[in-house]
Amino acid sequence: MVNKILPLAVQGLHVRRQGRDILGPLDLTLDATGFTMVIGPNGAGKSTLLKALHGVERVSAGTLTWSAPDDDVHARQSFVFQTPVMLRRTVRENLRYPLSLTGVPKAQIDDRIHHWASLIGLTDHLGQSALRLSGGERQKLSLARALITEPELLFLDEPCTNLDGRATRDIEILLLEAYAKGTRIVMATHDLGQARRLATDALFLVRGALRETGKASTFFEHPQTDELQAFLKGEIVE
Amino acid sequence: MNRLIATVVFAFIAPFAQAEVLRMAVTTSFNNSGLSDVLLPQIKADTGLDVQLLVVGTGQAIKLGQAGDVDAILVHARAAEGAFVAQGYGTHRREIMFNDFVLIGPSSDPAGIAKTQSAAGALARIAAAQADFVSRGDDSGTHKKERDLWGDAGLDPDRFGAWYKEVGAGMGAALNTAAGLDAYIMADRASWLNFANRRGLALLFAGDAVLFNQYAYLPVSDLRHAHVNHQGAMRLERWLTSPTAAALINGYQINGAQLFTFNAK
Amino acid sequence: MNDILSGLQAAFWLVVQLDADLVEITLRSLQVSVSALAIACMIALPLGTWLAVQRFRFRRGVIALLNALMGLPPVVVGLIVYILLSRSGPFGVLGLLFTPTAMIIAQIIIITPLIASITHQAMRELWAEYHDLLISLNTSRWQRVRTLLWDGRRALLTAALAGFGRAIGEVGAIMVVGGNIDHATRVLTTAIALETGKGDFALALGLGFVLIALAVSVNLAVHTLSGTERGSRW
Ligand SMILES: Nc1ncnc2c1ncn2[C@@H]1O[C@H](COP(=O)(O)OP(=O)(O)OP(=O)(O)O)[C@@H](O)[C@H]1O
Ligand SMILES: [Mg+2]
Repeated sequence: MVNKILPLAVQGLHVRRQGRDILGPLDLTLDATGFTMVIGPNGAGKSTLLKALHGVERVSAGTLTWSAPDDDVHARQSFVFQTPVMLRRTVRENLRYPLSLTGVPKAQIDDRIHHWASLIGLTDHLGQSALRLSGGERQKLSLARALITEPELLFLDEPCTNLDGRATRDIEILLLEAYAKGTRIVMATHDLGQARRLATDALFLVRGALRETGKASTFFEHPQTDELQAFLKGEIVE
Repeated sequence: MNRLIATVVFAFIAPFAQAEVLRMAVTTSFNNSGLSDVLLPQIKADTGLDVQLLVVGTGQAIKLGQAGDVDAILVHARAAEGAFVAQGYGTHRREIMFNDFVLIGPSSDPAGIAKTQSAAGALARIAAAQADFVSRGDDSGTHKKERDLWGDAGLDPDRFGAWYKEVGAGMGAALNTAAGLDAYIMADRASWLNFANRRGLALLFAGDAVLFNQYAYLPVSDLRHAHVNHQGAMRLERWLTSPTAAALINGYQINGAQLFTFNAK
Repeated sequence: MNDILSGLQAAFWLVVQLDADLVEITLRSLQVSVSALAIACMIALPLGTWLAVQRFRFRRGVIALLNALMGLPPVVVGLIVYILLSRSGPFGVLGLLFTPTAMIIAQIIIITPLIASITHQAMRELWAEYHDLLISLNTSRWQRVRTLLWDGRRALLTAALAGFGRAIGEVGAIMVVGGNIDHATRVLTTAIALETGKGDFALALGLGFVLIALAVSVNLAVHTLSGTERGSRW
């Protein structure tokens, strides 16, 4: 896959809510390839950052400069939310929904639905209401629903929180496959092991500020700031 | 689903797909008598007219005629009828028949009106006893008549106390109220005879000539309202004044009592 | 108590004998209310949903207006429609006064705010749930409205049934604009008012029971239908 919408240049990104700075202002560049991990304590602004980049969070100031026209940019990226949003429909219809919005040929749609259902192990549940799925199954379904359109850019907000070890590994495999096919991934996580396993580069956020960024090797092995050093050691950073 | 669509479509074409329709505003008292149930089928058979009755108070009947929303009116309010024709809303006024008003009250008759000689005398006794009295209070022909009668008795209803209850309702509703309160009330004979919920009420006084109630037929002028069915209204008038109508009207009885007297000339 | 018994008895006989007049006015009640409901839903469901999805300057004002309109006394609606449709009113040339069409128009005005308001309440919750996902999927406004309408269809059914209940039981407005003309604009509620006026409580109550039975069976039928739909699809 050729990534047409990246790189993205972010300048002065700032999110304020009720007179409080939640994020930024910060500058940042997203290259055309890579697997970026966003880490930081609770309330640091990870979700806010991802949503602001994706365009579902209103930003108070700042510019996002994409490499393609706006319409393409929004059509070619997906988001997996921290709390999965299930359409009140069957699993099959949840998977069909994003495809029906884009111009995927009808003949292909059912094939893709079955392909992804089997990848996440929900083939037997296709006809069942998505509202009856377990927490972990919901997370898998929302991941599949995000990947089924083969996006160029994928945001993931802690997609493995409710998953057991095996399911986590299954999902990591899916993510690495998508990454290998050229999907640019930006993911927030609290699982430092997962971060080390998957990241090509990483961002460290504390209280809305970008404290440290870098290639995975230096970021995890030779952290520059005391805060990141402490955080990686598992100490409490606030 | 098809049926539903058909119903919806029908609802919109229905008004245009009917036989020759004639709309006539009539007073509640006329309709409550049940006479219309006898007359309308015969009118349909003899003239082909589908007469649609709008049952309202005299005041509203006259308004409907003035607005051109009906083709003719059949009412009983002499003065208002005269004005209706004089102002050009109606082409003319034709008397058809009369019935009479009666005084109703609790069968114990606490005010003792049953033995009086005149309507004015009966009302004066009710006022003197301050017995509960229900008035239509809706500016209908019956209400106007009742106020005139109080006037004849030298009394002014506007100065009455709480015993005089203006309910602002039709004849039936007013009778229901009177039945509930065990109160006196003036009603047209037809409404009374057809009234089912009498409880303790009884007919106490009738027969004074001032209680006679003349019905008149007034076609709405097609000069003022070009769309009205004046032809049909004239056909209906010919029928209403015919021997057939006379026989049906004079022959209409409830519990063996004749209600209306045909007097068209 | 006696009145209620004789009412039940009257209702029983009316139904058992399939009284021709009863059938006629019952069908007309249904015809008027279902037509009004169909048209009101076409306006109110998208409107209520759109109000939940779209932010614009007078949104709060429009919602407040809807809620206020919901409380409009039907007779007032009837009176306004009457004045508009009267031969001497602005739409007099259409000759609609005292026809079922006029009754449908009045009922549409009465139930549209109610349905739109209930729809808006339900859709606001669903929209809060779907907001991030639908924005993320880059849906157009129309696609959002359609998705909410479809996924919220059970709530919409409730809204529609509330509208139907209000329409079928309404008497003030249709009495004024329909005129309660026998064999033309008489429906169950106006017939009940008429019989009450004549003091014939048994017949009035009988008609009332028929009306209640009609409303209940429509509700049951709709719920059964949507229930089977759920059984097969979910
Ligand atoms: N609409 C809002 N109004 C006010 N405060 C908000 C709003 N949205 C988020 N916040 C605050 O912004 C801060 C950052 O929230 P965010 O969800 O981005 O944190 P996070 O890093 O994703 O945390 P977690 O690891 O718990 O998911 C939090 O303190 C949150 O309470
Ligand atoms: Mg978060």
